[in-house]
Amino acid sequence: MSVTSNEGIIIYRDVHKWYGDFHVLRGITFTMQKGEVIVICGPSGSGKSTCIRTINRLEEHQRGQIIVDGVELTNDLRNIETIRREVGMVFQQFNLFPHLSVLQNVALAPFWVLKMKKSKAEEVATQLLERVGIPEQAQKYPGQLSGGQQQRVAIARALAMAPKIMLFDEPTSALDPEMIKEVLDVMKELALSGMTMIVVTHEMGFAREVADRIIFFDYGQLVEENTPEEFFHNPQHERTKLFLSQILDY
Amino acid sequence: MNDNRQIVHTVKEQLRPPSERIPVFRWLKENLFSSWLNVILTVLAVAVIVMVLFGLLKWALGARWEVIPANLKLLLVGTYPVEYLWRVWTTGYIIAFLLGFSSGSHGGLMRRVSTVVASVSILMAILPFPWGTRGWLLGIAVAAAIGFSLGHLSKGIRWCKRLEIAAWLLSFPISLVLLNGLGGILPVIERRTTWGFLLNLIGAVVGIGLSFPIGVLLALGRRSELPAIRWVCTAYIEIIRGVPLISLLFMASIMLQLLLPTNVRPDLLIRAMMTITAFSAAYMAENVRGGLQAIPRGQYEAASAVGLNKALGTILIILPQALRLVIPAIVGQFIALFMDTTLFGFIAILELLNITRSIMGNIEWRGTIFELYVFIGVVFWILCYSMSYVSRRMEKTLGVGER
Amino acid sequence: MSNKVASSHSIPFWRDVRVLHVIGQVLFLVVIAAGIWWLLNNLQTNLKACGLKISFGFLKNTAGFPISEGLRYDPTDVNGYAFWVGIVNTIRVAVIGIVFATVIGTVIGVARLSNNWLVKKLAGLYVEIIRNIPLLVQLFFWYFAVMLTGLPMVKNSISLPGSIYLTRRGVYIPWATATESFNTWIFYVIGGLALAIIVYVLRRMQLKRTERPGFPIIWAITVLILTLVAGWFLTSGNPLALSVPVLKKFNFAGGLWLSTSFTALLMGLSVYTGAFIAEIVRAGILAVSKGQTEAAKAVGLRNTQVLRLVILPQAMRVIIPPLASQYLNLTKNSSLAILIGYYDLMNVGTTIFNQTGRAVEMILLIMASYLTMSLLTSLLMNYYNRRMKLVER
Repeated sequence: MSVTSNEGIIIYRDVHKWYGDFHVLRGITFTMQKGEVIVICGPSGSGKSTCIRTINRLEEHQRGQIIVDGVELTNDLRNIETIRREVGMVFQQFNLFPHLSVLQNVALAPFWVLKMKKSKAEEVATQLLERVGIPEQAQKYPGQLSGGQQQRVAIARALAMAPKIMLFDEPTSALDPEMIKEVLDVMKELALSGMTMIVVTHEMGFAREVADRIIFFDYGQLVEENTPEEFFHNPQHERTKLFLSQILDY
Repeated sequence: MNDNRQIVHTVKEQLRPPSERIPVFRWLKENLFSSWLNVILTVLAVAVIVMVLFGLLKWALGARWEVIPANLKLLLVGTYPVEYLWRVWTTGYIIAFLLGFSSGSHGGLMRRVSTVVASVSILMAILPFPWGTRGWLLGIAVAAAIGFSLGHLSKGIRWCKRLEIAAWLLSFPISLVLLNGLGGILPVIERRTTWGFLLNLIGAVVGIGLSFPIGVLLALGRRSELPAIRWVCTAYIEIIRGVPLISLLFMASIMLQLLLPTNVRPDLLIRAMMTITAFSAAYMAENVRGGLQAIPRGQYEAASAVGLNKALGTILIILPQALRLVIPAIVGQFIALFMDTTLFGFIAILELLNITRSIMGNIEWRGTIFELYVFIGVVFWILCYSMSYVSRRMEKTLGVGER
Repeated sequence: MSNKVASSHSIPFWRDVRVLHVIGQVLFLVVIAAGIWWLLNNLQTNLKACGLKISFGFLKNTAGFPISEGLRYDPTDVNGYAFWVGIVNTIRVAVIGIVFATVIGTVIGVARLSNNWLVKKLAGLYVEIIRNIPLLVQLFFWYFAVMLTGLPMVKNSISLPGSIYLTRRGVYIPWATATESFNTWIFYVIGGLALAIIVYVLRRMQLKRTERPGFPIIWAITVLILTLVAGWFLTSGNPLALSVPVLKKFNFAGGLWLSTSFTALLMGLSVYTGAFIAEIVRAGILAVSKGQTEAAKAVGLRNTQVLRLVILPQAMRVIIPPLASQYLNLTKNSSLAILIGYYDLMNVGTTIFNQTGRAVEMILLIMASYLTMSLLTSLLMNYYNRRMKLVER
């Protein structure tokens, strides 16, 4: 459990995962520094979502090491809980809790997990709602909000736990086009404020602007990893070139 | 060039459709006589209706309806001692008061239910009952009205809502204590197995109340990832659902005491309650499981991603959503359970249906079998139909919006 | 650190997720096992006090009680056979009840969707009334009120066309009885069935080869009927004789006697379950969206073809699971027979208990019988569900 922190805030080393017979992650290795923003892209089924879901143990890896902020992710319950507290996640389908108000959605975890006082939790929640730009929706219910607003609430909910790392699993894929920008703007602000982020997305404009590094996944393997300029102008691998040609035409 | 094209057209008013004679005729034609087959069917249906109605009316006018008012107390509360009947009325008042309170502070469905209850009691007070009974009956409407006004006043006061929920929950044991008695406070009533319709009500309410938490636990257990827990829960649910209630009642009446130490001998009513609870829990579990399955996986993931452990996630996130989905099914379960309480007669508990048999044994009331069964049928029908109506309305309200 | 596998040797067991899972299950099982052991222990003590031991030997003892209907039985038969007679009686009323209930339910269900307002409302009335009155009340009504009080004595029986007589003692209908030549005719029946199956398979293969639509089942049924008829004429005398109930001095002779209890139980169960089946059928037909009918008609299919090829298969998928569960309910509800004197397995079982005092064994037998029937129905339904799924893919 003792790993020096200048090795990186996330150390992902030779990780393998199987779904039954299907080898979904084939020896993924990468390291991430604090404050970095990594965008992971690739065709569907390439394992990119699975990869980030192993980081907060929504999926279990069968081989390899995952070390988050010096804590290794194993079957140790305490490690899992520690890591989950430091890693926030935003889902493609938002997954807001429909029976709670927006404010309650955000304040829930600080109150129950961080054991904050109710008033303090709600204060933190209100501040976060302001940060993502929708403080006036606090008393509404998720069903009454638009997709873009819901996703921003989801981001606030993840931020409420003061995580060190934020994971985004295709955060804008379920949104109507006119609402994508508002969410990406929030994510951009987050990145500029120094948050360590891994974003799985198809939004290449966002990647070009905000990412420090782009990782390309294909068939469960990390095929190419580069800075945005190099990645888009100078793709090295054949598969990267093929992928880029397919998505950049529109 | 002469431009004869019309760019802008004048807007005409809406014309009425060509009317086909008087609307009533049109409706008759479309709905009853639209084709040869329909003509035949309509004629047949009318013939059947006429025959049945005439037959029923003829019988009803010549029937000895006196049997019902003469035995009403026996039918409704059995051999409950007359001097303690005020306890039954008080229980009724408590429920009426709480109904009124809830309808006052919430409105909507509750209001409809309590209005019905109040109007029924007023209507029944008009019927030819002895004056004392009428007074008691009116008391129900009065209790509901008082509750309503208090509830209305308390709208918006935060702690009143908690008080209300606590009151409803407490009414459960308080009613039981009132009806049954508790050593020291209220004299305990001796024979509990001959209370007529009261037993059907108690059986159903206790059955649903107790089987609900057990059912939720069973449903969660059946969906557990730990195979041992899953197997045991599944085995219980499938075995109970695979056998008829009467076989379980049979087991309760002859085998239960063999499984318990010799000094523990729960009386007949307790055993019946235990059986019906165990029976209903299995069906409740399946209902709740349906609700649990309807919750998208993303909710489970979001709950754990945000740091909630399994227990907290289930209690705070999953169960509130699942149970809300399942309320109509639970009401349906209550109705079925209520109808199943008629089986208590098998183990010599004289609820409504079986106490009727003892009335029929009375020489004075020989031959009133049809009247009695019609009465019982009507009583059950009114209650069950109203409950299923309420459940359908609930489904509509719950199904539409989020809140 | 350079280990390849997520290290587990350094995790204290009380935090290791896998260990916790195992411990949790072990604890749970221990608690359950302890509970069961306690119950069984009590059982043992109590049984010993009564001087009984659990054994099924009593099934070989003479029953000593009469069963008024069902298989050939008399009180000198053994308990085991008596119980079997009860089981057969349950199956009898359940199967016929299922058939009646399905017919009633389908008719009422379709009627509820009729465009004739009267028919629709009447059907709806039927469903709403029947579903909200407890089954036992309805059964008592049929038994005590209709059969025992409403129907006349044997002397003044109500006679329906076709030599059917309704009396307080039961219903008498004409029935076929086997004569001596029946045994020879049986061979024709078996042969006919075998031939029909062969024809069915051959015709199916032929249709597949020539790739044309058709119904091999019609050919098979025709062959079966022809064989049966041919066998009828070829055997000397008629294999089956029609036995008509005729009123003798105190009772009817001939025909088939359906006891009061049986008739009441059958009517009650059919009417009650029919109401539920009506709702299921209605929901199933409504579940097929209107677009399906429109698309089918647009493609040129005739009305009957639309019904047969498009609507019914889809409606079936929605109907079959709840229908199976209603069939199961009917079978379980037949246990109410004990309250109206029909000798089904529950009734016989309790009688055997009353005679022998064997509580535990009889409970096990009774519950095992019902569980077997439930299990069979579930398996059949799962098989059907799986087949429908495969067909979709």
